Amino acid sequence: MSAEQILFWVFAAATVGSALGVVVLKNPISSAMSLVATFFFLAAIYVLLWAHTVAALQVLVYAGAIMVLFLFVIMLLSLNEVGSAIQLSFSRVLGAVATAGLLAALVIAFRKLPAGDLAWANDPARVAAFGSIKEVGAVLYTQWLFPFEAVSLLLLVAMVGAVVVAKSRI
Amino acid sequence: MPFQAIPTPHYLMLAAALFCIGMLGVLVRRNALVVFMCIELMLNAANLTFLAFARDRGDVTGHISAFFIIAVAAAEAAVGLAIVIAVFRSRGTVNIEEIQTMKH
Repeated sequence: MSAEQILFWVFAAATVGSALGVVVLKNPISSAMSLVATFFFLAAIYVLLWAHTVAALQVLVYAGAIMVLFLFVIMLLSLNEVGSAIQLSFSRVLGAVATAGLLAALVIAFRKLPAGDLAWANDPARVAAFGSIKEVGAVLYTQWLFPFEAVSLLLLVAMVGAVVVAKSRI
Repeated sequence: MPFQAIPTPHYLMLAAALFCIGMLGVLVRRNALVVFMCIELMLNAANLTFLAFARDRGDVTGHISAFFIIAVAAAEAAVGLAIVIAVFRSRGTVNIEEIQTMKH
């Protein structure tokens, strides 16, 4: 087993385990901390996929900014008391069955995919450049410049909207 | 292939597992904040799929898609949490079973 395979299985198991923690843990703060752990493990998986730039963004934006926002809201609403246990109900059982069905369908579909020979990776120069900030930035600021600017407008609208919705009186 | 890389379907199955865990949380949990966290999990599963195919094809455009998903998730979290605060202020609860004024 190569080092990459060991790292993949360790981080994949940690990702799935901490993601299950988000769903299973009763205390919302525990769920949020479990989600932070999931984001960090996922960033490690992204590095294994040679996506270093996105991995750094994942830690900065998700584990940093978004999770701080979540924790602020949880503490603002003082929801840290433990809620009631999850009771079985018809809709919940139905939801679990639907999820299991979707997972089974996806696994069956993905098993039929060819493994992919990664033929392009035989060129060491391309592998070294792939996913670096230089290459991602070059594509982002030339080919995808307009969507990039549109996203900045979207963030502005979301910011104004969040203030308008959350403020009791303007 | 000059080295032993993890095949792409492994990453896709991890993304499928992550998406299904998020979907289970959305369907089973009743706390609106936890439901939001599970939506973030599903968005991350989509990101993982994009990055897996980006490496498979040697095309960095998948990284751009992941970048945009992260930006949209940040906007979604800001607006969603503002709505949760507004609902909590008017109803005093974030349990989505007790918020059913719009239920037909």
